[in-house]
Amino acid sequence: MFAYIVRRLALMLVTLIGISIIVFVLLRIVPGNIVDILFDAAGYVDPADKANLQRDLGLDQPIYVQYLHWIWGLLHGDLGYSYVSEKPALDEILPRIPITARLAGLALTFSASIGIPLGVLSAVRQGTRLDYVLRIVSLSGLSLPSFWLGLLILMASVSLFDSMPIFNPNPKTWGEAIAIYCVPAMAVGFRSAALTMRITRSSMLEVLRQDYIRTARAKGASERSVNFRHALKNAILPVITVIGIEAAFLIGGLIVTETVFNIPGVARFLVEALRWRDYPIVQNLVMLIALVVVLANFTVDMLYAVIDPRIRYTD
Amino acid sequence: MRSVKALAVAVLSLLSAYGVASAAEQPKQGGILRMYHRDSPGSPSIHEGATYSVNVPFMPVFNNLVIYNQTIAQNSMDDIVPDLADSWAWSSDNKTLTFKLHQGVQWHDGKPFTSADVKCTFDMLMGKSPQKFRQNPRKSWYEQVNDVTTNGDYEVSFNLKRPQPALLALLASGYTPIYPCHVSPAEMRIHPIGTGPFKFVEFKTNESIKLVRNENYFKKGLPHLDGIEFTIIPNRSTAILGFISGKFDMTFPTEVSIPLLKDVKSQDPTAICKVEPNNVSTNIIINSSAPPFDNIDIRRALALSLDRKAFIQIMFEGQADIGGTMEPAPQGLWAMPKEMLESIPGYGPDIEANRAEARKLMEKAGYGPNKHLQVKVSTRNIPVYRDPAVILIDQIKSIYIDAELDVVDTAQWFPKIARKDYALGLNLTGNAVDDPDQSFYENYSCGSERNYTNYCNKDIEKLFDQQSVETDVTKRKKLVWEIDKQLQEDVARPIIFHSRTGTCWKPYVKGVTVMVNSSYNGYRYEDVWLDK
Repeated sequence: MFAYIVRRLALMLVTLIGISIIVFVLLRIVPGNIVDILFDAAGYVDPADKANLQRDLGLDQPIYVQYLHWIWGLLHGDLGYSYVSEKPALDEILPRIPITARLAGLALTFSASIGIPLGVLSAVRQGTRLDYVLRIVSLSGLSLPSFWLGLLILMASVSLFDSMPIFNPNPKTWGEAIAIYCVPAMAVGFRSAALTMRITRSSMLEVLRQDYIRTARAKGASERSVNFRHALKNAILPVITVIGIEAAFLIGGLIVTETVFNIPGVARFLVEALRWRDYPIVQNLVMLIALVVVLANFTVDMLYAVIDPRIRYTD
Repeated sequence: MRSVKALAVAVLSLLSAYGVASAAEQPKQGGILRMYHRDSPGSPSIHEGATYSVNVPFMPVFNNLVIYNQTIAQNSMDDIVPDLADSWAWSSDNKTLTFKLHQGVQWHDGKPFTSADVKCTFDMLMGKSPQKFRQNPRKSWYEQVNDVTTNGDYEVSFNLKRPQPALLALLASGYTPIYPCHVSPAEMRIHPIGTGPFKFVEFKTNESIKLVRNENYFKKGLPHLDGIEFTIIPNRSTAILGFISGKFDMTFPTEVSIPLLKDVKSQDPTAICKVEPNNVSTNIIINSSAPPFDNIDIRRALALSLDRKAFIQIMFEGQADIGGTMEPAPQGLWAMPKEMLESIPGYGPDIEANRAEARKLMEKAGYGPNKHLQVKVSTRNIPVYRDPAVILIDQIKSIYIDAELDVVDTAQWFPKIARKDYALGLNLTGNAVDDPDQSFYENYSCGSERNYTNYCNKDIEKLFDQQSVETDVTKRKKLVWEIDKQLQEDVARPIIFHSRTGTCWKPYVKGVTVMVNSSYNGYRYEDVWLDK
């Protein structure tokens, strides 16, 4: 087990180095940089001023020098300065992490706490009216784009309550505080919840047909015990895999949700930074997201062993 | 006797009504004006910005030497009023403009404002100072200024190479604030210090901008507000919903499109909305230095194919204007008379006749029903560019041109057209000042970076200079009309339409004036107050 963990950690490191190179090179391959944007949009272009700014930002250096400079800084906790705001990148990124983390955490909690129980319910009541309703709900969740759902929620909230749950750093009431996070989390988590529900249902249906479930019932185990102790415990592995993957994909949904609900989190900031070709912000944010994804996958793999003792990571 | 009594009653009731109205309109002090901002500006430094996204939130931090009267919608030379300068005068040869400065003005950090600050600002703008801006987009505005000299702490003179009456108009723009000598350009990009009615508090990228009342403002009794808060909301639908729900007192200026305006009015009938032109033209840029548009016949055919009214009907439900380079009258000061405009090929009312003529020109150039010209129409990937480009593609089909839409990322748009890497493009041109000097030199002068079409006509260039030195406004206007007509006939950059956009605010917001011939100059907000 120990050797497996070490191997996985080493692989994570290689993955991160690979991502860092890909992100760095891709960013520079994409046409236009901050200097082009600042100067060409401005109209008057003095080539000397342009060259000066390029030199000041280190963009005149060979690409490998720029890369090594970035990695060296990263290893020393120096993420560089934002080209746009001219503030340290760390100061720009850090305050946004808790906002997005809270939103992502709530969305995942929503997805699991709604998706798993409803998936179980749908499976054990297969073929009933309830099952059909839940299947329609889950299909809707998969089909509705989160930006559309978000806008719909905002419109409904304005027309019904004359108020809207867009971000406010200093909410006045508990209700507002809950609304500004929970409503967007539900909007973004609805798709994940639907997927979790469908996976839980199909996995449960498969398990419920197994011999040991019949045996458990024959032994006189209660329906609750059969469903949750015997069936769900065995059906949960693919669900955990999906939740792990969804955690990684969540960032895509968050970009849209943070934009619609005007939440100043990491995802929206990344898009803005990309628009300005603000390399230090984009590079460091992508690395942060990559780290989260890699760690989420690692955690899922470790959870397999915890949940299912049959799984052994042998040396 | 009865009629005298009736008259007296009428006069008294009129007077009392006037008194009530006056009392009702007496500005109230206090309150925070809440607005949304359409995007996160690059920095708070107005001199380094090239979009009104910077002017709107940061113009209240500064003062100019002079400024367009903030309560009059139309910017004109006659409505330029003192700001940091108490008075100004031209020398007899019209080559020196001298300002007497207001005494006792303090910067927001408590340091005194003097003529040295004015000199510093313009030395930096002209590139003569050791301190440099990171970018200096309006350096060309001061090409005719030899130097700026001071005479004591409260007098400053602009010495020109030749007369340029338009200089005063440029100095009155929201793009021309005075910066302090003792704060570096780099610091001004992070924490601007001004003399204006509001002090900068904070700018959180992508989040918010906060300004607070300057208690030591040199204009007594102003500003009325305690502060202004901008929440940055790039998503237009969210922003509009925020305004409707009452989270904001005012929309971002000139950012509400005509269809959105209908939504606002239907969901919040109390909202006050104004639709005004903003001196932004939508135009076609043609790369005349490369085939096929190096052929003047094809360029002329293109200009003749336009159905401008159709553009306006589809995009603005009829609420936009047809004109030449200068903004159309009555809001624009320099527009050609209607009959002169309609005499330009392609501006006449008979679209079918124009297109028949265009087809003849295309046939002369070797194209016809069996041989269509294949081109790409390049444009920026945002709706205000994309939508008219699609209509353009549809219209030029009628003259044997099959065009494909080539949408370009914003970051790439200006670099692409500046290096002339396009054949046909659809562009928007905004003018900060309704003055021909700014428009002609910037967009049509040989070698200008913003002359994207490579249009170069030495004869017309002489006319540019001739109008620029002309101090008689009537004579200057006639010259400007001739130039504008010539530019359209030469198909230098065919103007399709001049747009109109909306601004909305809640009824309790008072003292808002939406400028009608520039969207860069009307955001000092010292006269704005909240009636609640």
